[in-house]
Amino acid sequence: MNDENNDAYWRANIRLMLVLLSIWFSVSFVFGILLVDTLNQIQFFGFKLGFWWAQQGSIYVFIILIFTYTVMMQRIDRKFGVSDDDEGDASKNEEVQ
Amino acid sequence: MDAQTLTYIFVAFTFLVYIGIAIWSRAGTTNEFYVAGGGVHPVLNGMATAADWMSAASFISMAGIIAFAGYDASVYLMGWTGGYVILAMLLAPYLRKFGQFTVPDFIGTRYYSSTARVVAVVCLILISFTYVAGQMRGVGIVFSQFLNIPIFWGVIVGMAIVFIYAVLGGMKGITYTQVAQFCVLMFAYLVPAIFISMLVTGIPIPQIGLGAEVLDGSGLSVLEKLDRTLIDLGFGAYTEGSKSTIDVFAITMALMIGTAGLPHVIVRFFTVPKVSDARKSAGYALLFIALIYTTAPAVGAFARINFIDNVHNAEYAEIPAWFKSWEDIGLIGWQDKNGDGKIQYAPGAPFQGKPTFSQQRREDGSREVSNRTTNNTNEVYVDRDIMVLANPEIAALPAWVIALVAAGGLAAALSTAAGLLLVISTAISHDLLKKTFAKGISDKQELFCARIAAATAIGIAGYLGIDPPGFVAQVVAFAFGLAAASLFPAILLGIFDRRMNKEGAITGMLAGLIFSFSYIVFFKFVAPEMNSAEHWLFGISPEGIGSMGAVVNFTLAFVVSRLTPDVPADVVAMVNNIRIPKGVNRPSAH
Repeated sequence: MNDENNDAYWRANIRLMLVLLSIWFSVSFVFGILLVDTLNQIQFFGFKLGFWWAQQGSIYVFIILIFTYTVMMQRIDRKFGVSDDDEGDASKNEEVQ
Repeated sequence: MDAQTLTYIFVAFTFLVYIGIAIWSRAGTTNEFYVAGGGVHPVLNGMATAADWMSAASFISMAGIIAFAGYDASVYLMGWTGGYVILAMLLAPYLRKFGQFTVPDFIGTRYYSSTARVVAVVCLILISFTYVAGQMRGVGIVFSQFLNIPIFWGVIVGMAIVFIYAVLGGMKGITYTQVAQFCVLMFAYLVPAIFISMLVTGIPIPQIGLGAEVLDGSGLSVLEKLDRTLIDLGFGAYTEGSKSTIDVFAITMALMIGTAGLPHVIVRFFTVPKVSDARKSAGYALLFIALIYTTAPAVGAFARINFIDNVHNAEYAEIPAWFKSWEDIGLIGWQDKNGDGKIQYAPGAPFQGKPTFSQQRREDGSREVSNRTTNNTNEVYVDRDIMVLANPEIAALPAWVIALVAAGGLAAALSTAAGLLLVISTAISHDLLKKTFAKGISDKQELFCARIAAATAIGIAGYLGIDPPGFVAQVVAFAFGLAAASLFPAILLGIFDRRMNKEGAITGMLAGLIFSFSYIVFFKFVAPEMNSAEHWLFGISPEGIGSMGAVVNFTLAFVVSRLTPDVPADVVAMVNNIRIPKGVNRPSAH
């Protein structure tokens, strides 16, 4: 493990994060708040679209974002050889007794 | 069996389960007491986090707030869920890698300063105590409405239960009781929601029912019907807000980053075995939370429709029993302004303040309200908190559903209270004593101190719940703003800015905290008559000021850190280390 590798890992992490956080910002602050009046002109399964983003859609996307981050980071961790996986299997630690 | 007997059975049964878990999972070491030994499975931790997070406010109040605020309540829905995205990507994995016990632990170590640690402890205690008092109050309300027990005894019983599993089991006991509590509260929330969605729209999934047609032959969807009915009665449309865009933006942001900065939530991610588990666990937590948070808007909308259908233009003599029972405990009040014996519902407060009742009742049995009346046609006062609790009765659901809701409300309040009490007690025993003022104490002594601190904190929380000073209810919502403005920036910068030093972090935390705290105190207590948009800074209400506080914190921390000495080399090495998942400290005890 060297500093250069770790810095490259960190940059990859930040890039992924910025992409996902810009989606996070779009679905909540842009669709649900800033553009809500415009989107409300559109009907979406019985909802006004802006209202749906604010009270339903944004939350669904948040969940997808976290799981996407988890999976993509696993890959990035392994690619740069900094994963915590090799050190033991999580299932061995399930029993706390 | 009647609802009250069933409620006694449900509540007693769930309490026995909690106590059983507490005995099974006693903590023997500080490691177990603080972070449950660090070996909690990510899915279980997700459930525990969901229960920890969903408080009496989420369970009891949120759908009621949505019912009456419509679109404006979106700030809570987005704010209290979006925070988990931030938590999962910006904080939780790195704090897990850091591998210590508390939030002040991180701040004290990262900023190589016991001053920083003590400032963090002060922020933590301020945030957590304002929050916990509301939980105990929630326990009291459930007991008094459903079990006919005075609020005082309700709070005492709640305190005793939390005492048993928090003091005995510490984080370990709390974690596994929270898993059980999550199951109870989720079931209790979803079952009535499904019933009501079936009744109103014929569709069993509330999230879809909210967009479906109402089964009254009108051909309108739920939201169209609500919009029309409310506009007819003189309200604004349900799907359109009345708050300014900038204020909605600021409040949502404050709630999101405040959520990510709440110590009792952060500390849950210290209990999983690995860094990758911390990420996963945040995903599961949000998934479990979303089950309830996406249902709440449907519950709110259905509740508002049912409430108007049942109450508006109804003769008092023929009003359903739930109206009278909530009137009996003072959370509904009716003033027959036009003397027609019917209840009229319209915008505006029916009279000034909360209802105060005179001793006698009117001929029809309704309670005489002695407040000064206002100049509008609205005749009913209704406390928003009753909507979830009254919903099963309003929709005439079977008695066991009502009992289930009572048990769920208690689970929500107790799980959050326990999580908060734990971070308060660990901040005292670990950060104030062991790491700052009494460095020589042994692990056994520290554990003993943690238990004493937990017991004391429960006592204070109980007192605040039984006899809340007037300001408590108003302050609870501001815990988020304070967390957003003080702890969140300090933790974030500690991970992402290697050059952030103690001078910058301490200045930032204090400035953010003092700025937000003063703004809130000024508009809520010093000059409440000025609490309106034209006096607010940039049109941001006290609820949203935490986001400005965070900006103040970030800016000052950045400027000060660049003008003061560099961070020591060993701290830079520590920051480099927490950024890499490899080499995480493993759970020791099995």
